Amino acid sequence: MNKNKEQLLNKRYRAERRFRLYGQSAIFMALLFLTIFIFKIFSTGYSAFQKTWLIVPVNFDAEMMMIDQNPSKEDLQDADYYDIALKSMADLDQNANDDQKNQLKRMVSYFFEKEIKNEILNNPSLIGKTKEVYLTASDDLDQVFKGNYPRDLPEDQRRVSDYQLKIFDQLVAKGKVESKFNISFFTYADSREAELAGIASSFMGSIFSILVCLMIAFPVAVLAAIYLEEFAPKNRFTDFIEVNINNLAAVPSIVFGLLGLGVLLAIFHLPRSTPLVGGITLSLMTLPTIIIAARASLKAVPPSIREAALAMGASRMQTTMHHTVPLSMPGTLSGTIIGLAQALGETAPLILIGMVAFVNTIPGSPMDPAASLPVQIYIWAESAERGFVEKVSACIMVLLGFLIIMNLFAQIIRHKFEKKWS
Amino acid sequence: MIKIKAKDVDVFYGKKQALYNIGLDIEENQVTALIGPSGCGKSTFLRCLNRMNDVIDICRVKGEILINDFNINDKSCDVVRLREKIGMVFQKPNPFPKTVYENISYGPTIHGMAQSKQEMDEIVETSLKKAALWEEVKDRLHEPGTGLSGGQQQRLCIARAISVRPEVILMDEPCSALDPIATAQIEELIDELKKEHTIIIVTHSMAQAARVSQNTGFFHLGHLIEHGSTDKIFKNPDNTKTQDYITGRFG
Repeated sequence: MNKNKEQLLNKRYRAERRFRLYGQSAIFMALLFLTIFIFKIFSTGYSAFQKTWLIVPVNFDAEMMMIDQNPSKEDLQDADYYDIALKSMADLDQNANDDQKNQLKRMVSYFFEKEIKNEILNNPSLIGKTKEVYLTASDDLDQVFKGNYPRDLPEDQRRVSDYQLKIFDQLVAKGKVESKFNISFFTYADSREAELAGIASSFMGSIFSILVCLMIAFPVAVLAAIYLEEFAPKNRFTDFIEVNINNLAAVPSIVFGLLGLGVLLAIFHLPRSTPLVGGITLSLMTLPTIIIAARASLKAVPPSIREAALAMGASRMQTTMHHTVPLSMPGTLSGTIIGLAQALGETAPLILIGMVAFVNTIPGSPMDPAASLPVQIYIWAESAERGFVEKVSACIMVLLGFLIIMNLFAQIIRHKFEKKWS
Repeated sequence: MIKIKAKDVDVFYGKKQALYNIGLDIEENQVTALIGPSGCGKSTFLRCLNRMNDVIDICRVKGEILINDFNINDKSCDVVRLREKIGMVFQKPNPFPKTVYENISYGPTIHGMAQSKQEMDEIVETSLKKAALWEEVKDRLHEPGTGLSGGQQQRLCIARAISVRPEVILMDEPCSALDPIATAQIEELIDELKKEHTIIIVTHSMAQAARVSQNTGFFHLGHLIEHGSTDKIFKNPDNTKTQDYITGRFG
């Protein structure tokens, strides 16, 4: 009898140890996948935050720029920079033939003309002098410099010619190639040229979208939650509404995209590809998330607080607004932020309402066309150029950083403002 | 003088009847205790007096409850006004998760009883003094009320109830969550408060009912079995059920 009991006890302990082991291995697996994922993203993406520059001497020859020796600001604005830009590149190899000159030109981005222009606009006294100017290297040379380019491929399978590589290597040897922090990744809009592509448009697009989403979804959801939880009679109709709100939360996001396309664009003729439409579409998705969070946190307010207020002669409205809602706010807000974080990462509905269009301007308002961060990842991931590979990962890093900050904020709100009641 | 007159009060929770034909007179400026075993309907009756049962969707109240000869179950009765006149203290201390000061000032604020900050300060001070809490909290008026001890919290709730100078105070087992010392303090307080307020207290403790009340009503299974002066109920009850309950034979 006693022995039996001992066996049983040991069996129970073994079961517990086994169960712990299962739990620990599950956590280990999750952490492993997460680490691999993060490592992959970082190792591919970190180089996108560096940008390669060629340092090229430019002779600001007034004659070639078709201006006089003491030009006004307007003259400088309208001057012709293409010829001196071309000449500066061609001068890298004195013996270059026409084809080689063309190849030299393609070693830098097509912005080179503008970069030279900015240089002289900042310092008009350069007229007639020669100065070394930083020019953005083409995306392929950028990759060569970062060591990501397969130089040993046969020449006809490469986009960089042997001649370009030779000149580039000479420049590197002379210390005329430099890698600097890639500010333009954050300040430029999208571009077909990887070396000039940035996330400014999609970042602003995302910000505008979630602002529109917040401004629509938050008030509607909170009012709906307060009404349903504090005022609505509990009957079949409100049960029906509750079930449907929960169903709405489970609807695939692409369906909301179709709704945006069919209603907002087709019927109301709102401007296509804009954060306004994107935000409205996302707000439909976020609405049930916030309603559910707000209702849960209203439910969590102890009834004794409501009774206390009612017994003091507060009206139902006063009880709700003075006591219940303020107490439920931390939960509601953190639910809202989590809903917004979901909306921020949403891609499918935005593709349907046209936010996938190529936008090379930075939006100044929700009414301007824009992309959004996840859509930008999708667009770049589809592009063939080698330079976009690291940009995809870099954009994912920005998006993840954004999401982590938002979730952290939700946690802080929850911990800081959670009131303890007896 | 009779303050509250209940006539033929029936209460239903959905289809289940919780109170049958309650008729009870409550004397002004006295303490009336309602006693009886758990689930007998004494708290339900108490909550009829300030219409707190309105909060429960399935609850229906029938019959007349006259307070100052006005039927509070009448459609013309405004519950907000009613609850200003009839304060309530609950079983578990339930201060608002705000400061001590805000707990007291809430009622006077929503009923517009103070014109200035100074008047409000006075109301807060007198309410806390009446609740015998002033000395303990005068230096921590702006700290959270939930940080006080259980007994202090309950006295804070009493102070909150009297801040709007109600005519009647309903107490629903106010000491059941407190230790004997805090209980004694509250009982003393009740004795003091009855000079200005009519008090109705629901209690599980027979000793407490005997100590604090002048009148007692005994409830059993939704019926008011017997009511009268506390002396009579405890020493010479008419009904054998009352006798059995008082002597501890059931309940």
